[in-house]
Amino acid sequence: MGKSMDTTAIGGCNPEAAICTRGVTRDFEAGQQTITVLHGIDLDVRAGELTFLVGESGSGKTTLISIMCGILWPTLGEVKVFGTDIYDLGDTDLVEFRLQNIGFIFQQYNLIPSIDAANNAAVPLIAQGMDRLEAREKAVGMLEKLNIGDQAGKLPSQLSGGQQQRVAIARALVHEPRLVVCDEPTAALDASSGRRVMDLLRDVAVAEDRACIIVTHDNRIFDLADRILVLEDGRITHDGKDMPEGH
Amino acid sequence: MLWIAIRMLTGDAQKFYGLVFGIAFSTLLITQQLTIFVNLIERGASGVYNVSSADIWVMDPVSRTTDVAYAMPSTALDKVRSVPGVEWAVPHIRAQASVRTKDGDLEGVAVIGVDDATLIGLPKRMLEGSTDVLSQPDSVIIDDVGTTRMFPGQSPIGERLELNDQRAVIRGIADAIPSFTSTVVLYTKYSQALNYVPGTRNRLSFVLVGAENPLEAKALSERIERETGLKAQTRDEFAQDGVQFIIENTGIPLNFGITVMLGFIVGVAIVGLTFSLFIRDNIKQFGALKAIGVTNSKIRRMVAVQAGLVGLTGYGLGVLGTVFFIWGFSGDPTFKGFYIPWQIPLISALAVAVILALTGWLALRNVLKTEPASVFR
Ligand SMILES: Nc1ncnc2c1ncn2[C@@H]1O[C@H](COP(=O)(O)OP(=O)(O)OP(=O)(O)O)[C@@H](O)[C@H]1O
Ligand SMILES: [Mg+2]
Repeated sequence: MGKSMDTTAIGGCNPEAAICTRGVTRDFEAGQQTITVLHGIDLDVRAGELTFLVGESGSGKTTLISIMCGILWPTLGEVKVFGTDIYDLGDTDLVEFRLQNIGFIFQQYNLIPSIDAANNAAVPLIAQGMDRLEAREKAVGMLEKLNIGDQAGKLPSQLSGGQQQRVAIARALVHEPRLVVCDEPTAALDASSGRRVMDLLRDVAVAEDRACIIVTHDNRIFDLADRILVLEDGRITHDGKDMPEGH
Repeated sequence: MLWIAIRMLTGDAQKFYGLVFGIAFSTLLITQQLTIFVNLIERGASGVYNVSSADIWVMDPVSRTTDVAYAMPSTALDKVRSVPGVEWAVPHIRAQASVRTKDGDLEGVAVIGVDDATLIGLPKRMLEGSTDVLSQPDSVIIDDVGTTRMFPGQSPIGERLELNDQRAVIRGIADAIPSFTSTVVLYTKYSQALNYVPGTRNRLSFVLVGAENPLEAKALSERIERETGLKAQTRDEFAQDGVQFIIENTGIPLNFGITVMLGFIVGVAIVGLTFSLFIRDNIKQFGALKAIGVTNSKIRRMVAVQAGLVGLTGYGLGVLGTVFFIWGFSGDPTFKGFYIPWQIPLISALAVAVILALTGWLALRNVLKTEPASVFR
């Protein structure tokens, strides 16, 4: 894991920014050669906005949000999340930082099959050390907010895809993280479920001091974004409220 | 988190039972085989244990065990009695004989002649009749293994035998530890035994000695050796000689060793495979936990708890199985007096720990290697 940091990153970060990247570059070794997937990304993600990251397959979207949420080291550059230079943290501190501040929504929900929806949603709280029953109670509350309170006692295998997705969302939000990251949250859902999920995310994950960044190439939901960033071959080529012409 | 770890494991019933079965099977095989092994080789010392009052056994220097003994001239008895520190010394004869039963069956037996006056040399307890019966003419006492072998389902008391062409009447049953080969044993008085055993000049197999100070038996045995030129072994030494003889002269250690090894290897194979499958099936979930914010050391503890749960359950079942096995066969004379030495469950616990540490570590490596970033792929 390359941890080399470019301390000469250009520009300072806006202290208001939820996420601030400066000169973020990421290389992957592919056999003999090195491919550069991200080319010096400078980006501020603002709190209180639903930010979409879109782009063609292979453009580097997943790589970029992985770096922004502290699970993938950049080859160069720095990343601040709510003012903390996360790749300056030690390994354990970074894990702890994620646990306290970041909620994840994976495309494959990665729920634990042998525990029920409420316990799945309670995982971050349990990991934080909260008493299991108390954590479960909070998780049930979150499931209720997402309109699946009546499914709390069911195993993931007994839920529909959309319901599982909501459990995954509950798990991402239950510990009230300040940053929520989602990779293709609607890819597995039909159009109307996809929009409902987006509405939910806007309701619960976007607030004055909170940010939500969503990777998607689902054009059915582009209109729900506050801000759309387009990534092409590892560079941000568009930044605005709407999609650029021709996409 | 540990609760989640346990639910992850028990939720996958197939693999959980597979793992528990693997450990239980290994434990059973190792514990049960080691138990039989230890009890069986200890039978090599049964001749010594059956004569608990003798502190020292004196014999010809070439004699090795209670059953592999070269006879001494009867003068040996007086020589031993004259050694200072010897409180008492009695003659003891052990010989092979053939018996023809009433029904005409032939059986090889061991004849043990015990001191006429003191009856030292008899097992401590009788199952039927008293030791006094030996004062009646032609009396013998049979051991309980002999009873089940020669007179299954009937009382041997009063049965007449032809013992090397001499008449013998069974008048009692002794509660004795069977010999390694579960040979039928007939106890009789020393003087009577001389009649039963065909005459050679020397027929004294052993001199049994009681020490004035049993705590200094070792020193006394050395003094006896110095002053008589005979071989003298304390009870413990001679018991050990009997065990050693079995170990050296039978394929038993090798055979049991192979089975125990197999138990271990099968355990590693079943548990290793199942554990790896379990981890592989859950690698995405572990990856998600790592991304969400579970440290590697917590993941390690989760896998350790999973291994521990499997280990405890499987081990408990395996030991229980061994107990049931021993208990179920306790009526069979071959398994009479079998017990589980405390070291054996400890050894199998250690084997289980090694199996789980090894397989758990292998499985864990995959989890620790998993990049949290892989969850977005
Ligand atoms: N671990 C890795 N090792 C090597 N190459 C990688 C790795 N992860 C990503 N890449 C490469 O980086 C490039 C960008 O990948 P990334 O997953 O960020 O794309 P994406 O925009 O998310 O695509 P998609 O829309 O298909 O999910 C791809 O060419 C991919 O092959
Ligand atoms: Mg992607």
